[in-house]
Amino acid sequence: MGELSRNAFLKLAGVAGTAGAVNNALGQPAPAEAAAKPPARELQAFTFLTPPEQRFVEAAIERLIPADSSGPGAREAGVAYYIDQQLRGAWGTGARQYRQGPWMAGTPEQGYQLNLIPQQVYRIGIAATNAHCRQAYGKTFDALSGAHQDDVLHGLESGKIALAEIPSKTFFSILLGNTIEGYFADPLYGGNRNMAGWRAVGFPGVAAAYAGVIEKYNVPYKVKPVSIADVEQGLDPDPGHAADEAHRQRIALMHARQQTEA
Amino acid sequence: MATKLKAVDAVTIGVGWTGGIIAAELTKAGYHVVGLERGEYRNTDPDFEVPQIHDELAYAVRHKFMQDPAQDTYTFRNDARETALPIRYLSGFLPGTGLGGAGVHWNGQTWRFLPWDFETRSATIKRYGEAKLNGATSQDWGITYAELEPYFDKFEYMAGIAGKAGNIKGSIHPGGNPFEGPRSREYPNPPMKTSYAGMLTKEAAKKLGYHPFPQPSANVTRPYTNPDGAKFGACVYCGYCERFACEMFAKSSPQLAVLPVAMKTGRYELRTFCNVTRINLDSTGKRAVSVTYVDAQGREFEQPAEMIFLTSFILNNVRTLLVSNIGTRYDPQTGEGVVGRNYTYQMNTGGTYFFNKKVFNTFMGSGAMGVAIDEFNGDNFDHTNHDFIGGAYILVSTTGARPIQYHPVPPGTPHWGAQWKKQVVRYYNRAIGINASGGVQAYRHNYLDLDPTYRDAYGLPLLRITFDWGPHELNQSQFMATILRKIGHAMNADIVAVSPRTGHYNSTIYQSTHNIGGAIMGTDPKTSAVNKYLQSWDVHNLFVLGASAFPQNSGYNPTGTLCALAYWNTEHVIKRYIKNPGPMA
Ligand SMILES: Cc1cc2nc3c(=O)[nH]c(=O)nc-3n(C[C@H](O)[C@H](O)[C@H](O)COP(=O)(O)OP(=O)(O)OC[C@H]3O[C@@H](n4cnc5c(N)ncnc54)[C@H](O)[C@@H]3O)c2cc1C
Ligand code: SF4
Repeated sequence: MGELSRNAFLKLAGVAGTAGAVNNALGQPAPAEAAAKPPARELQAFTFLTPPEQRFVEAAIERLIPADSSGPGAREAGVAYYIDQQLRGAWGTGARQYRQGPWMAGTPEQGYQLNLIPQQVYRIGIAATNAHCRQAYGKTFDALSGAHQDDVLHGLESGKIALAEIPSKTFFSILLGNTIEGYFADPLYGGNRNMAGWRAVGFPGVAAAYAGVIEKYNVPYKVKPVSIADVEQGLDPDPGHAADEAHRQRIALMHARQQTEA
Repeated sequence: MATKLKAVDAVTIGVGWTGGIIAAELTKAGYHVVGLERGEYRNTDPDFEVPQIHDELAYAVRHKFMQDPAQDTYTFRNDARETALPIRYLSGFLPGTGLGGAGVHWNGQTWRFLPWDFETRSATIKRYGEAKLNGATSQDWGITYAELEPYFDKFEYMAGIAGKAGNIKGSIHPGGNPFEGPRSREYPNPPMKTSYAGMLTKEAAKKLGYHPFPQPSANVTRPYTNPDGAKFGACVYCGYCERFACEMFAKSSPQLAVLPVAMKTGRYELRTFCNVTRINLDSTGKRAVSVTYVDAQGREFEQPAEMIFLTSFILNNVRTLLVSNIGTRYDPQTGEGVVGRNYTYQMNTGGTYFFNKKVFNTFMGSGAMGVAIDEFNGDNFDHTNHDFIGGAYILVSTTGARPIQYHPVPPGTPHWGAQWKKQVVRYYNRAIGINASGGVQAYRHNYLDLDPTYRDAYGLPLLRITFDWGPHELNQSQFMATILRKIGHAMNADIVAVSPRTGHYNSTIYQSTHNIGGAIMGTDPKTSAVNKYLQSWDVHNLFVLGASAFPQNSGYNPTGTLCALAYWNTEHVIKRYIKNPGPMA
């Protein structure tokens, strides 16, 4: 399985685009060769969540995906930053949500019917959950014991805890969905830091081309995962990936098609 | 005021699979075609480039290639007594937008419907008696498998489909699907590789006396040049296939198979970011004169054409017919009328097999790689003692285990927390999925019409979907679950988790983008919107293509059949209609 060098893949990926091809024609170094610079510093700053909201999210996600022997939990994997970035961006502000009224409660089969964008779901949901915790335990969610935090999360999930302005099930399912996304999405989105989620399950990441290995049955395919930034920046070459020859084929075909299509 | 443009021979409303086929065939025959596509221009180079294209969040979760519900969505209810509400986040099905339509982000599972599928009603009555229909309003198509065979063949060679024939001209070939209709020759490309999951399925199926075969695939298996000279690469089993676009020129799409052919003729003009809002008729109401569209600057244009091809995906096809007042609207009270009639879908019954001691590397795979059996599809088995008609093909496929959306856990596992994480880690690479992809019969109360309340970004009424499962589907699912359990046990899985579908159809759970019907084909204008040539009964120079024409759904995925129908349509248009415009049937 080790016949393929990821180094070769990174180089090929670098020259696969039109820009790379032009560079090569001009005799300039391909991007992958030029890019042996140290990794960029991770961006770690909240831009939407307020400090109390940050504390809530960091506490909740660590209950949802805790650290264990398989690797870090959601907090250490940066999932709070992922959620913050999602909320600040297009998704959080209601992109790809149909936003016209009238609004009314529907059946479960009809799906989301709130006149709220995700930013508002978090703002209202966190405030209301903290209000519930203060009433029930005299403290905000982040200050509770793990067992009590789990009780609250179960209460939201089942709908047993009723929040004033938003169905608790809706808030919980969005929070859980985002936590799983952040744990497994490409690290460029702020979570899955150091590819912790991918390492935990053994997902090899984006340098994917498996024609040569897919018929090796019942043999674990073990490589260090590769992220989008790894490929773009040519960082950390780790021989052993099967992304290969395929990319040479791709470039050859691109030229062949350009000739037929012209 | 709309700016009136110069007339052309033909215009397609939408440029996905069907619009692309029309463009290639008509331009090759010497006609000028304008393709109007509401979304963006995009092509393999440079838009489908590694590494960006392997971004699960952007494409699979946030639906970068799919219709934006903020612009246009559907309203939905299970039952006409409910108030339909807008699907505010599309998730249950994911129509495409942009050049190539859903033909860019599809899987490529490419089937020919069974001969039985085209004659569902008459064949059921003949074998079991009319009572067996049990309320289904399913119909015959007005075309037979034999008539369509040459066009299936044409599509498979144009698209480079990979597979193994099971029936060539009536003789059964081992290793293929013995239940398929007779085909004139072998597939153009050899079948896909077999994953470990596929291997185990093959062994288990054989042990049970079934006939497993490789699923026919539009993930092309070797460098290939189609009869029109379009070139394809070979699939590398990257596992980023469904919901993504192919970086390897290997997943057949309109961009690969047909659009370059149209472009090369010099007779094709593609206009992107052009959203068609209506089809305009002349004063007789029997002839279409033009289409109206709005560009990205908000300018309105009228494009006159001799022939208009509605190729905008089934749901958008039906909406455009309704807003343009073409054809009689279907009325569920009386069962009369045709536009909106017989809306159906796909019934999927799924299962997961968990193994403690096997490793599958399920992140390797392709959209259409898989091992299937067809013993329980269509009328391939005797339904005398079953309380449903039709059936499902059963498939174990390895389409790529991207971890946001794929992290199976055995039943009884909590949804989050320490135990959940432990089971995710344990089984991520030790499970395989199985699915029975089932047919859906039509019923009088399942239909499409215009929503009275909600509108899209252009001010047009949203299409309203009224749909629920009927007895044929729910009973079928129970039966398929028993087969899926049997296969899991034959495979010696440690945990066999299978759940039949029960209750109402749920528009929030992804169950395929195999929306079907609403402008169905047939032999009688009272019960069909288009004739067997896909020509509108009411407006003879309007042709409505796509799965809108299917009177009910087969167990198979629709694209092989709807593309064959597109080739059948253009051949009749070129050979007959253009020479003598008027009703063809
Ligand atoms: C995730 C996914 C997986 C799938 N997998 C499979 C599979 O494995 N096998 C299979 O058989 N099928 C599969 N399908 C279905 C398959 O993609 C469709 O059957 C096929 O693309 C339909 O072709 P079409 O030409 O009717 O529509 P499309 O290919 O969707 O093209 C329609 C085009 O019309 C455009 N349009 C719509 N309205 C307008 C308007 N008003 N004005 C201008 N343009 C407009 C759209 O933007 C789109 O580009 C899948 C679909 C999805 C979404
Ligand atoms: S699995 Fe194959 S066909 Fe699908 S996107 Fe990857 S290389 Fe292309």
